[in-house]
Amino acid sequence: MSKRDMTVGTLLPINIGIGALAQIFGMMGLFCLIMTSGCTKKQTFEADNSDYIKVGEVGSMTGAEATFGISTHRGILLAFDEINKSGGIKGKKLKVVSLDDQGKPEEAATAITKLITQDKVVAVIGEVASSRSIAMAPIAQQNKIPMISPSSTNPKVTELGEYIFRVCFIDPFQGLVMARFAYENLKIKKVAVLRDSKNDYSVGLSDVFTESFKKVGGAIVEDKSYSAGDIDFKSQLTSIAAKNPEAIYVPGYYTDVGLIARQARELGIKVPLLGGDGWDSPKLKEIGGDNINGSYLSNHYSTEDQSPHVQRFIQSYKGLHNEAPDGLAALGYDAAKILAEALLRTTDESSPALRLAIAQTKNFQGVTGLITIDEKRNATKSAVVLKVDQGEFKYQTTIKP
Amino acid sequence: MTEFVQHLINGFSLGSIYALVALGYTMVFGVLQLINFAHGEVFMTGAFVGYYSGRFLGFDRSPSFVGLLVTLGVSMMACSLLGLLIEKFAYRPLRRQPRINILITAVGVSLLLQFSGQLFFGSDPKFFPQVYKPEGTWEIGDLRINPLQVNVLFVSLSMMLVLQYIIFKTRVGRAMRAVSFDHDLARLMGIPTDRVISWTFMLGSALAGAAGVLVGLIYPKIEPFMGIVPGLKSFVAAILGGIGNVTGAFVGAIFLGLAEEFVVGYGASTYRDALAFIFLIVVLLIKPTGLFGRAGSEKV
Amino acid sequence: MKDLMLILLNLRYWLLVLGIVWISDLALMPYIDPYFSKIIILSGISIILAVSLNLINGHTGQFSMGHAGFMAVGGYISALTTLLVQNLVIGNLAVQNLIFLLALLLGGISAALIGFFVGLPSLRLRGDYLAIVTLGFGEIIRVVVLNLDIVGGSRGLAGIPKYSNFGWVFTFAVITVFFCWRIVNTSYGRAFLSVRDDEIAAEAVGVPTTRAKVKSFVIGAFFAGLAGGLFAHDLQYLSPAIFDFNRSFEIIIMVVLGGMGSISGSVIAAIFLTVLKEALRPLQEMTGVDLRMIIYSLLLIIIMLTRPNGLLGKREVSEILMSWKKKAS
Repeated sequence: MSKRDMTVGTLLPINIGIGALAQIFGMMGLFCLIMTSGCTKKQTFEADNSDYIKVGEVGSMTGAEATFGISTHRGILLAFDEINKSGGIKGKKLKVVSLDDQGKPEEAATAITKLITQDKVVAVIGEVASSRSIAMAPIAQQNKIPMISPSSTNPKVTELGEYIFRVCFIDPFQGLVMARFAYENLKIKKVAVLRDSKNDYSVGLSDVFTESFKKVGGAIVEDKSYSAGDIDFKSQLTSIAAKNPEAIYVPGYYTDVGLIARQARELGIKVPLLGGDGWDSPKLKEIGGDNINGSYLSNHYSTEDQSPHVQRFIQSYKGLHNEAPDGLAALGYDAAKILAEALLRTTDESSPALRLAIAQTKNFQGVTGLITIDEKRNATKSAVVLKVDQGEFKYQTTIKP
Repeated sequence: MTEFVQHLINGFSLGSIYALVALGYTMVFGVLQLINFAHGEVFMTGAFVGYYSGRFLGFDRSPSFVGLLVTLGVSMMACSLLGLLIEKFAYRPLRRQPRINILITAVGVSLLLQFSGQLFFGSDPKFFPQVYKPEGTWEIGDLRINPLQVNVLFVSLSMMLVLQYIIFKTRVGRAMRAVSFDHDLARLMGIPTDRVISWTFMLGSALAGAAGVLVGLIYPKIEPFMGIVPGLKSFVAAILGGIGNVTGAFVGAIFLGLAEEFVVGYGASTYRDALAFIFLIVVLLIKPTGLFGRAGSEKV
Repeated sequence: MKDLMLILLNLRYWLLVLGIVWISDLALMPYIDPYFSKIIILSGISIILAVSLNLINGHTGQFSMGHAGFMAVGGYISALTTLLVQNLVIGNLAVQNLIFLLALLLGGISAALIGFFVGLPSLRLRGDYLAIVTLGFGEIIRVVVLNLDIVGGSRGLAGIPKYSNFGWVFTFAVITVFFCWRIVNTSYGRAFLSVRDDEIAAEAVGVPTTRAKVKSFVIGAFFAGLAGGLFAHDLQYLSPAIFDFNRSFEIIIMVVLGGMGSISGSVIAAIFLTVLKEALRPLQEMTGVDLRMIIYSLLLIIIMLTRPNGLLGKREVSEILMSWKKKAS
């Protein structure tokens, strides 16, 4: 063994020891530093905003699903704006602390931890997608901070704890609504399903629809899938067309459905498309054009609803954000309003009291319908079926749970 | 039978879309041996430039063939400029570094373009202005053909021929081949290699820009992340055909389009995304030069 | 004999570090804000991922872009194991931890198995071609998981028990660092380095290069699998979307930033980037737009342009400290 090797050999353990210890301790020091800086900042914040009630929001503000997070955020902003203008909550103003999760579940988990432990929010609104809500729910539950999801339709979300609520209906109901509507109102017996295999929402709805449609007596003649972000759906549609279905169930997001409608008509498929609340956006009509006409979707509310509160919501949303609200904006608005209403009703400001107040929400007149929170912390409310007609969503029928 | 032929037609039209993007990809790769990860994002930028210029110039209200040409022109120019900038500031300083480093930079550029695109263009999908509207759909029996897609097939075919011409018949093309063959030797021979590489980048990016506009016309939904999947798939198409080979890229793209079409149509549609990568792995392992690539040992 | 002595000497240090980890887990962690402990745990997982990827990319000179795939395999296998087993045995804390440990190992081993197959192409391919193939493997793993109903497909796997804590995560982080350090500093691992520095020369002097390359993939994948298991039992939820190629890019950024071939560099970069992500949140709250990904990608480009080998290059922190000392004296 050469001399050089000897030195390396003898130095080695020391090297490793120094290296590793330095790293571990350095890291600890770094964290302590951040921790202290975090603490001092937090104190000043609280002193500044003693007349605020902070509500957290976790949403996808960037990433491939940003458009959903931003819509929800705008709905929440409008709701808080209105409440603050009309005097706030017992003299205090509502303030939303909104954090981005880039559409990633683990980011959502970190974000809600920060909201709860750093920003000391009284409740959290979020997330749009069930996958992120499921990642957030255990943390909200552990810290006993109420969490209201505006639009996560997977039944599992609220099963994760008594502090988790939602203001939308769940997949089993929505799938059943469209299955019944198709079979009973449209007299359709053969349906093909085109699902977004990347998207848990779409897969969930497709499964429930398939099951319910078979139960009421119909048949599923074809089941194909695409993945969100695809632009060409002709291969799926060609195979579907060969089976001659009387309708195609496409419970995806509006971002893809417009193109699907276009290509279906191009291939000469004239049967109606059926879908869910993921369709609800002015963009659907813009991208789909005339091709989407004659299709049906289940939704939370109808913009045709002439009730003053719905029209007022649409007007003031347009006023604030310069665009027409989509379904997610309406749900975000309702989630924020339900939370505010519960805050008004609580006697003391503890989380259990707030939780109880949210749980006791009954017949709340939201934009998306009359909302009652049931014992499973889901919203029981009726769904509407809309028809796309000349670029408008025309009201067809209301289906009660 | 009708279904089969319709699948065949769909496959060709899908393949021609991949071909549009793959041609630019293979140009850059052929000269620099560089996987330009950001190519898909240049394609995305092209679509957005088309979106804004088409609306700004009012072609969405009065669709015409001229409108298409103008939009194409604007988008191609903007993209070649973008390509030039990317090459100059992100890739050129790394020319002496291992290729892996350039790959990493390319990933960085691609992420940067995606997220700054989201910042500037907004994240909601946009409806691409229909600057050119041919008559309806061609119907032959039960078969349906979108005339736009026939156009795209012809555009990509002619682009391939033009590229072939440029590469094999012009001085610039000869310079490109020389640089591709041996960068240092080419410079010793007095070829301005940096300029040739810039040209290649501009040409490849212009093609991506054209692809952006054409794809926008056929699939009128554009968003900042639209470049990722076509970028990867057209890269696979380029590899399939033999990297750096323009005809190969075209054939590879058509092949990939057909393969995807039939897997989705007759097989498991959920495995579509994996298909391109399976091809990639099989081709690289069994015949790394692709279907038409020249034999070379430095890559394997 | 001497080698054995060295290992023992090393082990002493390392056991000391492990002791510190567990003592701080018991004594410190209960007082740390959950948000910071979450960041600390995430950095620990990042350390395992970055160091293990560095073994493949930095030390052996192969380039893998499919690390998220290994992570997915480890995460899903270990989560499935705990989910299946936890109903069978009584909820004793010691038993739980034992199950967790076994599940993690099982996840790591299955990831290593996949790593073997992903590593095989490295015998034929090099550089960016290999990179793109490993990227493909990662994506194929994701699509396969998407199609497995037993793990919930795109709906994901929820309800995973929360077993990961500071102690476990850093135990494995320390073991990973120790293991990789030992590997690259023994004749066993010198083979890896020789493959990176000059494969032909290494082959000529009789280094079994093919075996070294595949070994690096297997070992790297094993630790990535462990990290996946720790991640799963921290987040309590898995879905295929978590493991797309952006996750692989994230780990690559850590390795590249720290320096390809520098273990301490990877550790520092893993911590830095994980903390940076959170540290940039106030910026987001102020401006209303999330600039984090833009800053990330700019950072990546600038690092590549100014320090192509990463901040530390191939050197370790201790080597740099030594050279400073020498200069001073």
